[in-house]
Amino acid sequence: MNRRDFLKATGAFGLFVTFPLSGAVQEHAERPGYPKDFNAYFRIGPDGRVGCFVGKVEMGQGAMTALAMLAAEELDVPLERVDMLMGDTDLCPWDQGTWGSLSVWQFGPVLRGAAAEARAVLLQLAAERLGVPVERLQVQAGIVSVSGAPARRVGYGELVQGKRIEKHLADVKVKPVAQFTQVGKDAPRKDGRAKVTGTAKFAADILPPGTLQACLLRPPAHGARLLSVDTSEAEKLPGVRIIREGDLLAVLHVRPDGAREALGRVKAKYQPSPSTLDDQTIFEHLLKAAPPARELVARGSLLAGEALAVQRLDATYLNGYVAHAPMEPHTAVAQWDKGRMTVWASTQAPFLLKGQLVQALGLKPREVRVITPYLGGGFGGKGGCPPALEAARLARLAGVPVQVTWSRREEFFLDSFRPAAVVKVRAGLDKGGRIAFWEHHVVAAGDQEAQSVYDLPHQRIQSSGGWMGGNPPGLHPFAIGAWRAPAANTNVHASESHMDALAALAKVDPLEFRLKHLKNPRMVGVLKAAAKAFGWTPKAGPSGRGFGVACADHRDTLVAAMAEVAVDKKTGEVQVKRVVVAQDMGVVVHPDGARQQVEGCVTMGLGYALTEEVRFKNGQVLDENFDTYRIPRFAQVPLIQTILIDNPGLPAQGGGEPAIVVMGALIANAIHDAVGIRLLQLPMTPERVKQALKV
Amino acid sequence: MAMTISFTLNGRPVSVEADGSRMLAYVLRSDLGLTGTKIGCGEGLCGACTVLVDGEATRSCTTPLSAVAGRLVTTIEGLEGLAGLHPVQEAFLAHGAYQCGFCTPGMILSTVALLQKTPKPDRQRVAEALDGNLCRCGAHVRILAAVEAAAAKGGAR
Repeated sequence: MNRRDFLKATGAFGLFVTFPLSGAVQEHAERPGYPKDFNAYFRIGPDGRVGCFVGKVEMGQGAMTALAMLAAEELDVPLERVDMLMGDTDLCPWDQGTWGSLSVWQFGPVLRGAAAEARAVLLQLAAERLGVPVERLQVQAGIVSVSGAPARRVGYGELVQGKRIEKHLADVKVKPVAQFTQVGKDAPRKDGRAKVTGTAKFAADILPPGTLQACLLRPPAHGARLLSVDTSEAEKLPGVRIIREGDLLAVLHVRPDGAREALGRVKAKYQPSPSTLDDQTIFEHLLKAAPPARELVARGSLLAGEALAVQRLDATYLNGYVAHAPMEPHTAVAQWDKGRMTVWASTQAPFLLKGQLVQALGLKPREVRVITPYLGGGFGGKGGCPPALEAARLARLAGVPVQVTWSRREEFFLDSFRPAAVVKVRAGLDKGGRIAFWEHHVVAAGDQEAQSVYDLPHQRIQSSGGWMGGNPPGLHPFAIGAWRAPAANTNVHASESHMDALAALAKVDPLEFRLKHLKNPRMVGVLKAAAKAFGWTPKAGPSGRGFGVACADHRDTLVAAMAEVAVDKKTGEVQVKRVVVAQDMGVVVHPDGARQQVEGCVTMGLGYALTEEVRFKNGQVLDENFDTYRIPRFAQVPLIQTILIDNPGLPAQGGGEPAIVVMGALIANAIHDAVGIRLLQLPMTPERVKQALKV
Repeated sequence: MAMTISFTLNGRPVSVEADGSRMLAYVLRSDLGLTGTKIGCGEGLCGACTVLVDGEATRSCTTPLSAVAGRLVTTIEGLEGLAGLHPVQEAFLAHGAYQCGFCTPGMILSTVALLQKTPKPDRQRVAEALDGNLCRCGAHVRILAAVEAAAAKGGAR
């Protein structure tokens, strides 16, 4: 049907079809910004199925399901009839990247608005088709019918026929929360079946015909400089190709194990790294080399506060480097075909990566396409995707598709770690047992959640350097970057540990001490909800019970957690027995998905709290695999109870990060309550626990 | 050295011309096109590559091809039967026992092997059996619930 026929057939004004969309490449604006045209997000097929196109990626966090629910809700179609297509720069509208718990909180309203407008336009279309005013129409499951005359009906699919809708309406309101029929209810995840059957495709599973696997030569240490290289032994293996261009030396083979074997035969000599830092000396170095402090908060007068203090408490909290360690290593496959570069990449930010590829390869934006398959975990570590740039360079040089999959050793060597950091907290109590002054200075972590959630009249918060960059060269011996709830884990570890230590100094129950300093009723609400579910009874620490509490405000999602731990004084082992999390995240789009994220945060948080820290020396990363870098395992996992606070008055906030930020302090506080020791350094390994018990 | 190695893969006989010292995971993925088996660490430390060899949970990234000659190998692709999903797959689906899904095939196959040997494992036994299967997303509590549910329904099919 051409545009004229369609107009004739529908008698529609302003609504027409420009071109059929199957297989068409969209030229989305390169300028960052979410498109206003709802056609960028939705295609309604003749069968009434809704294709929903978003630039976010599914990395396990459940965005595929939560975003589909929002679209289904606003369009009034069943969830199972929404097909998600994500993270493809040709087919999906621009997106900044999938991180920061933003998918529902920030992008959700954009998608809802587009869906609401599309529904309103569909209703107008239906009104014209059925010859009744819009007010007489109702929609159920994608079928528009006339109220009181249900036989007079037309489906979305019939109205649109898979074509583009060229009509727009201004100021269409989204559904009020009270009218939700799908959002807020549990639903099966869209990615479930593919994941339990092994048919879900990750980047390494995509192999265009003729793909060669590439392994790249890496230095033994950060800062080590290549002096000489001999590839003659590798070249003797059948089917091996060596590509060398500038700093890049790759060994290619049709099989990944063939390429890896050949790389093992490459002999390279290096000048040692000039770095003399290790995981013990790093903290002194950070304090010396960090950039000057920026003041984030200055309230009241520290001097006046100090004058009121009758008891003082200063402490320095330390956090080691932590790896992302996603189960799927960074992977990309690049295909250079007829002047176009297509890259399938394990990235959290396909559009950002596209820009990097355009720049690195000297191509035009329309000559580059990034496709993001299922992502095997990101946690902030896949904001970029260096192997995509490597694979693309190699594909152009080799003239065949090239896949680069990082080995686990490369993953630990090339990861952008959560930065090691130092936080100095000084505080004091007045005669009444209230906090008289509070000073928090974070070095090298970043600003997020350095600010106190408590009502403190005299305070100063400062931050030096951070994960976002702007650090002097050499501050860190390797790459650092965002790690699930960047900076917040470090800052809250310090501040919530210190709150607990102050409560103990005041000989007051730590929950009561917090409530005494809180004004935010939502924070009071989550703490009380957690206490009720946990069965908290007031007692000053250390009570011997092994109970801990911590809370945080993560981008307006409020979270309070309580834990019970057992400490083995002989071995120094800490077993977290149970954790209760109460979370107020506004409207909860997909409750079971939100609970999964809380459980994931608690479990992943056990790692940075108890076992995870990257060991290194002279530029060399000593942890190369999961034998020495211990991520949480089944035996460590506590019972986890999640309470989602009903708060329909607040739009949906993020849920992928909040609960992880409390984990360091939560467990530190519970350990203190159990055995009376205050550990200031994460992770709280058995050795550190034993050491502290001796003192 | 290239040789012909024959074994039963997901119920069907296969013969592979390959160096017998190559690791099974790469043969499954590259030579046989079965990409449901994942490689997460390459050293048998994460469990993503777990397959069943004669019913035993086996790390295919450290198992040489020659070691499976004449044996029964089951990958995630071979678990779904004519009757539909395997009860363990059903239980993982019903309990949301996955997030990113990269460890899931290995988790499911380790669980199948466990329940064949120990139909009613207690939680400690499950934690031991799955200790070498790592999950970074933190789906552990769901996986434990799924294993228990599958066991309750007689998960060893």
